[in-house]
Amino acid sequence: MEGEISEMEREEEDLFVPRLITTEENFAPGHRACIGCGEALAVRHVCKALGKNVIIVNATGCIEIFSSLFPQTSWQVPWIHTLFENVAAVMSGIESAYKARIRKGKIEDRRVKFVGFGGDGATADIGLQPLSGAMERGHDFLYCCFDNEAYMNTGIQRSSSTPYGAWTTTAPVGKKSIGQMTWKKNLPEIAVAHRIPYVATACPSYPFDLMDKVKRGVEMTGPAYVHILSVCPTGWRSSPEQTIEIGRLAVETGVFPLYEVINGEYRLSVDVPRLKPVKEYMKDQRRFRHLTDDVIAEIQARVETEYAKLKEKAGVK
Amino acid sequence: MTQGKIVGLEGSFAIAEAVRMANTDVISAYPITPQTHIVERLAEMIADGELNAEFICVESEHSAMSACVGASAAGARVFTCSAGQGLELMHEVLYIPSSMRLPVVAVAANRALSGPLSVWCDHSDVMALRDIGWIQMFAENNQQAFDLTVCAYKIAEDKDVLFPTMVHIDGFYLSHVIEDMMLPDDEVVADFIPEYEYPFVLDPEKPVSMGCYGPPFIYPEAKKAQEVAFESTKSKILETWKEFEDTFGRHYAPVETYKMEDASIALLTMGSISETAMLAVDELRAEGQDVGLIRLRLWRPFPFTEFRDAVKDVELLVVLDRAISFGMGGPVCSEVKSALYDKREDLKIVGFIAGIGGRDITIEDFKYMINRAAEKAKAVERGEDIATEMIGVRE
Ligand SMILES: Cc1ncc(C[n+]2csc(CCOP(=O)(O)OP(=O)(O)O)c2C)c(N)n1
Ligand code: SF4
Ligand SMILES: [Mg+2]
Repeated sequence: MEGEISEMEREEEDLFVPRLITTEENFAPGHRACIGCGEALAVRHVCKALGKNVIIVNATGCIEIFSSLFPQTSWQVPWIHTLFENVAAVMSGIESAYKARIRKGKIEDRRVKFVGFGGDGATADIGLQPLSGAMERGHDFLYCCFDNEAYMNTGIQRSSSTPYGAWTTTAPVGKKSIGQMTWKKNLPEIAVAHRIPYVATACPSYPFDLMDKVKRGVEMTGPAYVHILSVCPTGWRSSPEQTIEIGRLAVETGVFPLYEVINGEYRLSVDVPRLKPVKEYMKDQRRFRHLTDDVIAEIQARVETEYAKLKEKAGVK
Repeated sequence: MTQGKIVGLEGSFAIAEAVRMANTDVISAYPITPQTHIVERLAEMIADGELNAEFICVESEHSAMSACVGASAAGARVFTCSAGQGLELMHEVLYIPSSMRLPVVAVAANRALSGPLSVWCDHSDVMALRDIGWIQMFAENNQQAFDLTVCAYKIAEDKDVLFPTMVHIDGFYLSHVIEDMMLPDDEVVADFIPEYEYPFVLDPEKPVSMGCYGPPFIYPEAKKAQEVAFESTKSKILETWKEFEDTFGRHYAPVETYKMEDASIALLTMGSISETAMLAVDELRAEGQDVGLIRLRLWRPFPFTEFRDAVKDVELLVVLDRAISFGMGGPVCSEVKSALYDKREDLKIVGFIAGIGGRDITIEDFKYMINRAAEKAKAVERGEDIATEMIGVRE
């Protein structure tokens, strides 16, 4: 089939592609993330893709906490954190400052990139309005949402991005509760609805895909949004060594499809002709262990419907 | 003295002129009565090419201040303005430029807080901002609104200051009223506020991490440093006002007095009502009372020395509050008392609350306050407790 990679090509790719990636760490090691943290890994990949000519605005949350304990910092590029919910607004200010100062001849145009980092709470919940505002105003920026599906920094509380049926500390499992009772908010679709030039989903289990998307997003003129599924062993109650595997299973089961929307055109990044059962994704995450077969069947049906809709948008049979 | 022209300008337009003459780079604001005319005028100036700035038409005041923080950290000269509910919504963000030492300039068109909803003037919004760590000053008329906005840039951006600065103007009383004022020539203002370079700008060529979090081992040191630096801004404020006087011929001081030379009774006010208070002082003096007026121009850092000096010969101090600290009385009165604690045991201080939610304060009201305060002082002498009185309220 066209586009498919042969076994030999795959081997060559494994051998050579890593050499194409910079060994420079713009997100330095020594930070304080938990072992097996998918978010820290994703940040590392994103920073490799971004390079040095960038300013990062970070929301309050795990990333900020594990990277910036005064007087140490993991950031090798300019980085600013102020509050939980205002990343997109702070970034609007920075981008506008550069624009104005370049136009007025106060600084030269060195094509600096502006990138926002937020967790799912900072993005889907408390910071959604500033993000929507910044996308609508059309600032030239990339926003990366690191989605670990709960407020991890404050102790695994639910967010609107927590999946149906997952245990969290504010959606606990009980006699009258299966944990999260609502379906995960579809943030990439909300971004698409803003008619911005670039939206993508990514996962550090697919590092090259992730880096490509970050590069594409940041090169695009106007707002770009990359939504990154970030496995969190601490909050998902999974083994740290399974982080990569769980991320892969999220994609292979269709729970978290990888796709891009470039100027409104959908493209599947990894098509999975036959989805694995969602149970395979859920089995090693103790946040789902209380779920009955009925609930899992409900989730399975929902995933299949959503995946079919996505395929249709991408024009994949 | 400097060139310029006398013009009739609304307070909001006067402020917009100051922002334009300052060659501001980024303006980020969200409309709210009675601040709207400032943003509208600025948007017009940009649309007409009179001001070369980015106008970020944000979706909330929280974002307005956040964008100012970002723009300021990226080295831009920035401005915003708000009022009442807007200041409350940006409240969380207001602490950021003061702790990160970003010289944001803002104007607040003072407005009552909901509920009930009221777009009219009082100082409830100001009083909720007492601890935000901004330099804060009060204007009484449109000339002062312009002058103090110009000064705000110079003060905030001084390398020895680097604190955000807010000019308070009374909503409607100044924002919507046209007055004659002296508008200086653009070049004179431009010379007075030269281009500035923020020393820790966000720039890939010199990476910095801003806003790292502070555990207990460093937080108190960070806050002490902030307080020491903030206290020390006063000399720069005075210096700037002196320079302003030398250039523009108008004098500003942290505490300004009116007919206080031989006064045994002093009235204390802030903002536009001070002009009515002056008329009241004139009338009371004609009636034989030795009354004077003290106006707080600088609100933060609080001008302890100048204030204590202003009341040194006073026997009765009458404080007007345009806000309520529920369960505590008038906030300004509380502050004034604490500023004088241990200093003037013989001084009687009587507070009144008036003019909230846009209710006018008349000359008669001031006269009532002075006479009533004398009675209350006697009650205090007899050892009675006196409550803060709200005047002009129908019961
Ligand atoms: C206004 C405000 N509300 C609440 C908090 C507390 N808080 C800090 S981080 C956080 C959750 C972060 O969750 P998310 O954005 O998903 O990031 P994560 O830690 O999961 O990476 C919360 C609730 C805060 N700092 N500010
Ligand atoms: S709680 Fe989760 S997201 Fe946060 S540092 Fe630990 S593993 Fe990473
Ligand atoms: Mg999260």
